[in-house]
Amino acid sequence: MNADACVPEIEIAGVTKQYGNAQTVLESIDLIVAKQEFLGIIGPSGCGKSTILKLIAGLAIPNSGTIRVDGMTPQNARETISFVFQDATLLPWRTVKENIGLGLELERIPKNRRENEIAALLELVGLKNVARAYPRELSGGMKMRVSIARALATNPRLMLLDEPFAALDEMSRDHLNEEILRLRAEQNWTAVFVTHSVSEAVFLSDRIVVLAPNPGRIHAEFRVELPAPRTSAIRNSREFDAIVARVSHTLRETLRP
Amino acid sequence: MKRQAITALNALAVFAALVALWQIVLWVFHVPPFMLPSPWAVARAVGARFPLLLNALAITAEESAGGLGASIVFGVLVALLFAQSRWVRKMLYPYTLLLQTVPIIAIAPLILMWMGAGIFAVTFIAFIISLAPIIANTTQGLISVDENLVHLFLMHNASRAQLLFKLRLPNAVPDLFVGIRIASGIAVIGAITGELFAGSSRVGEGGLGYSILYASSQLQTDYLFALVLAATVLGFGFLFLVMFLEWYFLHRWHESARAPEAE
Repeated sequence: MNADACVPEIEIAGVTKQYGNAQTVLESIDLIVAKQEFLGIIGPSGCGKSTILKLIAGLAIPNSGTIRVDGMTPQNARETISFVFQDATLLPWRTVKENIGLGLELERIPKNRRENEIAALLELVGLKNVARAYPRELSGGMKMRVSIARALATNPRLMLLDEPFAALDEMSRDHLNEEILRLRAEQNWTAVFVTHSVSEAVFLSDRIVVLAPNPGRIHAEFRVELPAPRTSAIRNSREFDAIVARVSHTLRETLRP
Repeated sequence: MKRQAITALNALAVFAALVALWQIVLWVFHVPPFMLPSPWAVARAVGARFPLLLNALAITAEESAGGLGASIVFGVLVALLFAQSRWVRKMLYPYTLLLQTVPIIAIAPLILMWMGAGIFAVTFIAFIISLAPIIANTTQGLISVDENLVHLFLMHNASRAQLLFKLRLPNAVPDLFVGIRIASGIAVIGAITGELFAGSSRVGEGGLGYSILYASSQLQTDYLFALVLAATVLGFGFLFLVMFLEWYFLHRWHESARAPEAE
């Protein structure tokens, strides 16, 4: 390991965020995410889960406190960050291929390099046979795959995922969760994954942060000590169930006044 | 294919029924031909004056197309300006409403006076009257972009130009077509209205509007009917052309432009 590894991927210190001038969405958040860690963020709706991601991405500005991504301001670190939104947010007038290449295109990567990268990604996420299809011809799960491939295209070091599978059926969701872990094992990015599904958070994360609402704050933290590599079989294990039960219990606590 | 043939046959059947009704009205009420000519007389008038009719049609088509083309180019440019800031929009948008509300009949004589009667002035009238729907619809399409898509572009440090040409403009294309569809009908009306005022210095040189004026003054009701028919055909032709282009450019990705297979 080099000295670089000592700098955490994300460092959030004393961050407060208000919308307008009344409502406090997040209050004094302190959070450190290590390099190559997979952090799950879970909490009831209205606890500011998504806002944390927007702050890390520099798409929202905190009212107080500081955020560093790999030692830089979020805006300066954007080149190394990819964001996966809740909806696939594809450009409907572009084919699957052209959508995957969007980020590379915006960053002005030459066309031949783009083509190579896209071909590799189509293979990686299993979309080779729909490369020339338009988004409206795809199922929800396939659209999300395109969205993930697009995020991976720019070789991110940090992936921010905002409830990416919330709209999918359970089968596709489980499948894509396994895929996410496989891709991450290959590429070693850091991930912050927001979800409202406890089992999803447990399956994916190295660590889970539970947020409480009104105002949004960190309520509890769990380390998920499940063996790697995690496969679908782990969902049936007793350890898995035990962690899910503990996190669910804590999550219910946050709703009590 | 079979379904389309049936649709066409239905339309033809309705047409035949209307013509028959027309003829029956003539027989039953004994309407004099200068009030309502028979379908056959109209058909004869079309045949007898076909070159003249075609010429008038061509002139009006040219003026309408010129006006519509100009309003598409200018309208999109104005919409691009409007999309730049809310402030610009607030300041200038009321004037596009003005474009829409000023009765063209009232300002046509003014335009003719300023520009001199002729094809150019009539084209300008068609341009003015068809501009508002292009501006309004295109602006709407440029500014109503999914916020997350904007965020996505920002995450890749997209420039202002990239945001405009790779996101806002393609997003506005379906709306632009809605605008063009509305404008295409209005442009033809504008051109004919302009011609009613401008006319032409010589017989046989004016468009449909001029010919309508001429035919009505001469009480050539059968030819007048033929001209009205030609004006309708022109409007339809424009609309079908626009709809075809809309389908051609949008059917692969846009829901609204899909062939109506499931009705």
